[in-house]
Amino acid sequence: MQINALVRALTLAFLFACGTSAMAEAPGDPKAVKQDDKGKYLDSKGDPTFNVKPDGTVDWYTYSGFRRYHSECHVCHGPDGEGSTYAPALKNSVKAMNYAEFYGIVVGGRQNLGGGENKVMPAFGDNKNVMCYIDDIYVYLRARSGDSIPRGRPEKHDDKPPQAADAEHACLGDQN
Amino acid sequence: MRKFLLISCVGAAALLANGAAFANNDLIELSKDPNQWVLPTGDYANHRYSKLDQINSDNVKHLTPVWSFSTGVLRGHEGGPLVIGNVMYFSTPFPNIVYALDLNHDGKIVWKYEPKQDPNVIPVMCCDTVNRGVAYGDGKIFLHQADTTLVALNASTGAVVWSVKNGDPSRGETGTSAPQVVKDKVLVGISGGEFGVRGSMTAYDIKTGKRIWRGYSMGPDADTLIDPENTTALGKPVGRDSGTNTWKGDQWKIGGGATWGWISFDPDLNLIYYGSGNPSTWNPKQRPGDNRWSMTVWARDADTGVAKWVYQLTPHDQWDYDAINEMILANQESRKVLVHFDRNGFGYTIDRETGEPLVAEKYDPAVNWASKVDLDKNSPTYGRPSVVKEYSTEANGEDVNSQGICPAALGSKDEQPAAYSPITGLFYIPANHVCMDYEPFHVSYTAGQPYVGATLSMYPPKGESNMGNFTAWDAKTGKIVWQKKELFSVWSGALATAGNLVFYGTLEGYLKAVDATTGDELYKFKTPSGIIGNVVTYQYKGKQYIAVLSGVGGWAGIGLAAGLTKGTEGLGAVGGYAALSNYTALGGQLTVFALPSAQ
Repeated sequence: MQINALVRALTLAFLFACGTSAMAEAPGDPKAVKQDDKGKYLDSKGDPTFNVKPDGTVDWYTYSGFRRYHSECHVCHGPDGEGSTYAPALKNSVKAMNYAEFYGIVVGGRQNLGGGENKVMPAFGDNKNVMCYIDDIYVYLRARSGDSIPRGRPEKHDDKPPQAADAEHACLGDQN
Repeated sequence: MRKFLLISCVGAAALLANGAAFANNDLIELSKDPNQWVLPTGDYANHRYSKLDQINSDNVKHLTPVWSFSTGVLRGHEGGPLVIGNVMYFSTPFPNIVYALDLNHDGKIVWKYEPKQDPNVIPVMCCDTVNRGVAYGDGKIFLHQADTTLVALNASTGAVVWSVKNGDPSRGETGTSAPQVVKDKVLVGISGGEFGVRGSMTAYDIKTGKRIWRGYSMGPDADTLIDPENTTALGKPVGRDSGTNTWKGDQWKIGGGATWGWISFDPDLNLIYYGSGNPSTWNPKQRPGDNRWSMTVWARDADTGVAKWVYQLTPHDQWDYDAINEMILANQESRKVLVHFDRNGFGYTIDRETGEPLVAEKYDPAVNWASKVDLDKNSPTYGRPSVVKEYSTEANGEDVNSQGICPAALGSKDEQPAAYSPITGLFYIPANHVCMDYEPFHVSYTAGQPYVGATLSMYPPKGESNMGNFTAWDAKTGKIVWQKKELFSVWSGALATAGNLVFYGTLEGYLKAVDATTGDELYKFKTPSGIIGNVVTYQYKGKQYIAVLSGVGGWAGIGLAAGLTKGTEGLGAVGGYAALSNYTALGGQLTVFALPSAQ
């Protein structure tokens, strides 16, 4: 798992570095069309996405993304993807940024210096607390971007799929 | 040339004297001169009180801005300027520019220093790229850079005299705090409690930058500079290995206890006082034990760094209640005390010779995580807070969202320093009024990466709409004398004056003056950006001035910029409550106020 994730991270980072963000394809319709073997929802392009039931129950990964976002991202990017005085609102960023770009920036970081700006996004490529949950964080922000889920903690969520727990332990490399 | 300018001010002449001992005596004497503001804390006692009374509760309504200065930096501006002779000095957030401004010419730039720093330090600063100001001593200005470099600049020219590296940003160690010059040493702490650093206080030689001592917040006795037989906690010797024996395994090596607050000094006792911050991670389940000496008030010998006493306010933290807030030194009858408004919501009055707590009461009635602090000397829980189980994130466990905890992680008060007026005998607390939900979960440690392990959401106490207070406090009885509500957290350092006034700034950008006795608001002026800086005062050519940095940001800029969570329970009354971004925008600026000449 960990090797797969790393290879994918490097590949996507490479794609990002070699493409130009202006030319990158915008993210497609976030509607979930299928689930992978870990219960993660995918859109028609095969990118991770969220699923919200009519009663407001969110899928496990969206809920997990809420938690991980508020541990790893919110100290700069603000609560609920709303932004802060010094980092952009990611609920808006993911409207224009596709999955590969998102992945590349999280892995490799980015800088916006000069012109009165001193903005630096760190590289999280070797941070398991981020990389083991990057899809979760992405689908959470994707759900926030279209206000498919409101601000705050999702009130109801699906149970954690057993495969998600297994994948988590394998990725973190811990015994807990 | 600058020397002549400095000498031209009689009060500043002594500062040109050479010699370490002189530097010490000079600073003690200079800090008593109300014309100047020579320490980042105003005086060594951290009173932030001025004897100046030209501006007073009768005429403050006529106060007006007389000159202003853009810092050219957008992010959060904490700290405040120094005034030495006819020169004002201050630092900006990253890139940590230092300006020396000429008071003779409405702030004309005497010199400017901008260090070269790797911008990769920016994202390892937990809560914006703040810098809480420069220190002065021995003819030098001391800057604690974001990348932990401590640099000494010639106060007349801005030329680098010496420079030393205090930490390693690639491991998450950063610099945000103001240094403090004590005798022949420059004291400096370290930031990075959210990155698993091991906090320390370090003393450097004022002449050369040579390291004299370093005392860690946790670790073996040789590292903490704790003497097992003579260092006391709650009146008793702490015993061997107190900095490791309340930790599981080697967790103390990444144990946190960062030291990013203000430093006090009692010249008679020769002790310095400061607090240590949260243990790492924020998930209490991953670090069983009391986690000593995080969350601790420290009293150390100013010359050797050896700890005289320690008092851990929040053992085994479960809420991020750092103890870094300032220690205000005051006297009660014959007793020497320190008064400390902790993040945990309790206002402590502590005997500063022995470390024995005398008073510990809530300075915000909303505080609910603990019912009281046990002050019964015969009790097995003496000195400890009585934690309410419902709000214990340890008891509720990992992956459980503990709700309605007051205060929030940013505390009933954060680093923004309180003031003390010896005239009214009251303490003036710039305060937060925010509660939280807190859900801890398992995290792994990677050097230089965030090490948090908790999800938080913050909101005002149930049924209330204000997220801040400005509170007057009686430290003898532990009672609130008056409390003034503010829409947002008051994240600006207070200033008390002999003019029966207290000044503070608000996140919307107002500089406010209130009656020191009654709390009645007497003056306000909206500066260009939210204020998280500390208000100072000085007198130049017979005229009293008030100065403050604007520039919204810091931790206040994270949660509040986005406004409140919609639909959070208990917010029914706050339909009109709007985000901070509806009131103010980024931008660093210094504003200087005075009375019109006719007043």
